[in-house]
Amino acid sequence: MDALDRAIVNELQGGLPICDRPFAEIAERLGTDEHYLIERLKAMLEERLLTRFGPMFDAERLGGGVTLAAMSIPESDLDQVAERVNAHPEVAHNYVRDHHWNMWFVVATETPEQIGEVLDAIESETGYPVLNLPKEEEFFIGLRLEA
Amino acid sequence: MELRNAPTHAGCGIPTLLDEADRRLVAAIQEGLPLVHRPYAVIAERIGLSEPEVIRRIAQLQAVGTVRRMGVIVRHHELGYRANAMVVWDIPDAEVDSFGACLGSFDFVTLCYRRPRRLPEWRYNLFTMIHGRDRTAVLSRVEELVERCGLQAIPHEVLFSRRRFKQRGARYRRQLPSPAAAMVAG
Repeated sequence: MDALDRAIVNELQGGLPICDRPFAEIAERLGTDEHYLIERLKAMLEERLLTRFGPMFDAERLGGGVTLAAMSIPESDLDQVAERVNAHPEVAHNYVRDHHWNMWFVVATETPEQIGEVLDAIESETGYPVLNLPKEEEFFIGLRLEA
Repeated sequence: MELRNAPTHAGCGIPTLLDEADRRLVAAIQEGLPLVHRPYAVIAERIGLSEPEVIRRIAQLQAVGTVRRMGVIVRHHELGYRANAMVVWDIPDAEVDSFGACLGSFDFVTLCYRRPRRLPEWRYNLFTMIHGRDRTAVLSRVEELVERCGLQAIPHEVLFSRRRFKQRGARYRRQLPSPAAAMVAG
């Protein structure tokens, strides 16, 4: 990434203008041109520096369910359990963390009721209990990182 | 340190009513925007609306918070943020709001949520996510939080991530966004 790429990423983490030529507006702010900006974005997506270019939704406002779940899995069983957990299409962002509760994943479903169904299924398939830790209040959500 | 605007709690947890055109729009943009000069015009054509109508509807969805923002989602690891930690705090219920507001005001705290305790297994009720170039950098940021928010008496733990099984790209699930698209609300 060069300096302009970093500037592009930093600028676009703040949002894309909602107007007919959004990239032209961003390009002007950054002192580059619209066409070049679009080409750089394509390249960064291809190089997988960016996962996605588009909207970030609030799942709950769309009527869906979402939660953070945790499991405590012995090291020897970790891969096998992860495979079963990740086989559920509702599961995303599964991380192993250094803790007694070592597996942490987000579950997002089309309706709030389905959260319980997915977690129940995971418990019965794996034989390990699942902690269900839904968000109760949000103090900040940014997910911006300086490039 | 840059202080951010306080979050708004108005209407939290209340699903916004989407009409049929909104649902088509959500389905059309959830995978991402086309990288062309007039992305909203391309979307409009796909779902049979006009470009101004698409722009108006997206602006409206963003105004009510259904779309948190349009923009890029970075792969933090690939950007050089090799360490990420979920830092969890056991804060007396009456003090969660003030400590939560303080923790959430730091640039390097990318998420700050209150979640339920699950006693006896789980005592922590406030979750923050902190990214850094390496573990040392993350730990010094945790120290900074403790000092600047006055958290010396508050039990906390730092859960570094060791392995990522899944940070999945978008996938269609009928009309709702994917877990990846919804990641921020997790």
